[in-house]
Amino acid sequence: MLQVYGIELRSRLFLGTSRYPSPAVLSEAVKASRAQVVTVSLRRESSGERAGQGFWSIIRELGVRVLPNTAGCHSVKEAVTTAQMAREVFGTSWIKLEVIGEDDTLQPDVFGLVEAARILAADGFEVFPYTTEDLVVADKLLAAGCRVLMPWGAPIGSGRGLNNLFGLKALRAHFPEVPLVIDAGIGVPSHAAQAMELGFDAVLINTAVAQAADPVRMAAAFAQAVEAGWDARLAGPMEPRDLAAPSTPVIGTAFLK
Amino acid sequence: MKILVNGAWRDTSAVDLAAALHEMGYGEAVVATALNGEFVPAGSRPAARLADGDRIEVLAPMQGG
Repeated sequence: MLQVYGIELRSRLFLGTSRYPSPAVLSEAVKASRAQVVTVSLRRESSGERAGQGFWSIIRELGVRVLPNTAGCHSVKEAVTTAQMAREVFGTSWIKLEVIGEDDTLQPDVFGLVEAARILAADGFEVFPYTTEDLVVADKLLAAGCRVLMPWGAPIGSGRGLNNLFGLKALRAHFPEVPLVIDAGIGVPSHAAQAMELGFDAVLINTAVAQAADPVRMAAAFAQAVEAGWDARLAGPMEPRDLAAPSTPVIGTAFLK
Repeated sequence: MKILVNGAWRDTSAVDLAAALHEMGYGEAVVATALNGEFVPAGSRPAARLADGDRIEVLAPMQGG
């Protein structure tokens, strides 16, 4: 079983809760995904609309663990304050730490990320940093107190899959004991299966499920892909080769010329 | 005095953050608060005195990725 910050999880699929066509579809998609962890956020609440209260009651009914994020934060101070507010509202010390550095790619500001991670870990948070595949940054995040890393596959919402296979494989090989969750950029279940086959511990999906024509069915498809990819990893995939190797034995082939 | 709540100016007679939330009708809503960019835990809201021009953020659970 996957273990993150002392919590054992059967499901290796984390699901985002944003951009679904309706709250009912979100709820059914979470169930179909069999995810035990969903990501949530904080936004301004007007006293009249109370939209957040309704959303929160839906999530609580699902009985899943929540991983609040600091989405939209561009500075260390914003991210740290948002994390503090999230800890109180959601009653968890887990925080998916995002410090965005570039608006077109939503690439993390890794300098701010490391600084914010250090502040939050020292304050008792269990930090899930949204980062790149950079080995040096990963090392600094671990030194800052992170026990899980969440490298991107591709820019958030792009659906492009694992952009830098070489870099991601190097990250996996370099930190064999650290739980690594591919966060962002996964577009179809085959991307998720590939991440698992490469040895990543889990994947976090949002847009690929929420924006599918049938999000509930896609959530189930991702659940199967993640399980298949993880089983394949455990089964030990064959090594690829350049030339053909006959799968049917050649010894005893009839001579029929 | 005037305070800025979630980006909108409003008049208030509340002297502290807890009273301001009550005045605005948040009641028992699950929200987190910040005053002038600093997090104010729920238990500290009665002690958080307000001054003219203060910036208040009131945040609640929302969908996230």
